[in-house]
Amino acid sequence: MWKWFHQLASPPHFYRISAILSPWLAIPGLIMIAYAAWQGLFVVPMDYQQGDAFRIIYVHVPSAYLSMMAYMIMATSGAIGLIWRLKLSHAVAAAAAPIGAGFTFLALCTGSIWGRPMWGTWWEWGDPRMMSELILLFLYFGYMALRSSIDDTTKADKASAVLALVGIVNVVIVHFSVEWWSSLHQGQTVFKKGTMDADMRIPLLIMLVGFTLLFGSMLLRRIRTEVLYRERRTRWVREMILSPEGGA
Amino acid sequence: MNRKRENEVQSEIPGIFTGLAATAKRDLLLAWKRPGDVLNPLFFFAMVCTLFPLAIGPSAEQLEFSGPGVLWVAALLATLLSLNSLFISDFEDGSLDQLLVSPQPLPILVLGKTLAHWLTSGLPLVFVSPILAVTYRMPLSVVGVMMLTLGLGTISLSLLGSIGAALTVGLHRGTALLSLLILPLAMPIMILGANAVSLAASNDIYSTGIWALGAYAIASLSLAPYATAAALRISNE
Repeated sequence: MWKWFHQLASPPHFYRISAILSPWLAIPGLIMIAYAAWQGLFVVPMDYQQGDAFRIIYVHVPSAYLSMMAYMIMATSGAIGLIWRLKLSHAVAAAAAPIGAGFTFLALCTGSIWGRPMWGTWWEWGDPRMMSELILLFLYFGYMALRSSIDDTTKADKASAVLALVGIVNVVIVHFSVEWWSSLHQGQTVFKKGTMDADMRIPLLIMLVGFTLLFGSMLLRRIRTEVLYRERRTRWVREMILSPEGGA
Repeated sequence: MNRKRENEVQSEIPGIFTGLAATAKRDLLLAWKRPGDVLNPLFFFAMVCTLFPLAIGPSAEQLEFSGPGVLWVAALLATLLSLNSLFISDFEDGSLDQLLVSPQPLPILVLGKTLAHWLTSGLPLVFVSPILAVTYRMPLSVVGVMMLTLGLGTISLSLLGSIGAALTVGLHRGTALLSLLILPLAMPIMILGANAVSLAASNDIYSTGIWALGAYAIASLSLAPYATAAALRISNE
């Protein structure tokens, strides 16, 4: 088990494994997303309160969940990189940030599109979840800005890992402070989520798994390019590229 | 033999509080010699507070309502402005390297620098804020609450900001980047501070905000110096 783990952490080995793994995540992921989207858009009955508008939940919830998961992955792999000096885990952190920012943006967009018919406004400053998500987006921006403004890769890796760790302590505080702040302005106007009907929930669960698989595949692909770029001066990359297969 | 000598060297090193006091004293002395560094953020603070009535109109009701928020935003921005110079001059003249190779624990030295920063940026803000608060028609009882929140909040801001300053030291484009890094992290402090003052202004219970700010200050006091020290070591590899 440990040997396998250590092998995986070596860039050439990871590069080979991930090539095999990536489509195995992507294809089932896409099939699940397609199935759940069809279910969610055409099969699931209309919500008695929200009409058809609730159907955006099938994109909104998975992207909101992945926006946080990507941050967790980014911070955890940054910490692993700092502590055990694994080169690969810094590549994971670097690869996770843009995807996480993308999902955060998607969650905000779908949220505001959903908010328009439900609350009558594109943007509700008083909603704690919207505020936390927006601050999360800013944290991603700061992280990526720091990474891109340090030329030396090792230094950028470590500095951004420290930032991600400081950020993760803060995410919790942000969440509570925003919650406290919004409770001053108004009661929780956000509809209380009652029990969801199984007809609605099962496509959502399938969507969640599908999004996660697709995210995993995207992450692997980004890590692969990251690894390739970082290892561009090593022998294995040169040998692979010069080999007859061209290193696909 | 070697070990014994090491012990002897160890015993010659002064205690950690000497290091803390020395770095703080040095930075305070530097600030005293260059008062502009202390005064400019204060002028900036006053000017931002002047901008708001000009932009949103001088109606007393509106000013009274927006006062706590405006003062807090201005204080946050003024602190950010002063944070940039926290390590930069030490980085340029090489004294930062001296801190890094010093046998004293780096977090403690960093704490000394941050303490000096708070004394020269946060504390003056606390004392200038009542003048501006009164122009915003804030009642005197609320002014006390505001000074308390600003005092506690700027401690956390200085400490949190020192992490950002350490991460961006030696980078060109540092100023804009520092704001980008620190603002999202500093938002909770501003939320807690400004809302406690607003609550006090409307005769509501405001102690939650004060306690939370105090907790934040204690947590950052105990954790931030380590992060700053780690960041400084990374930036100066």
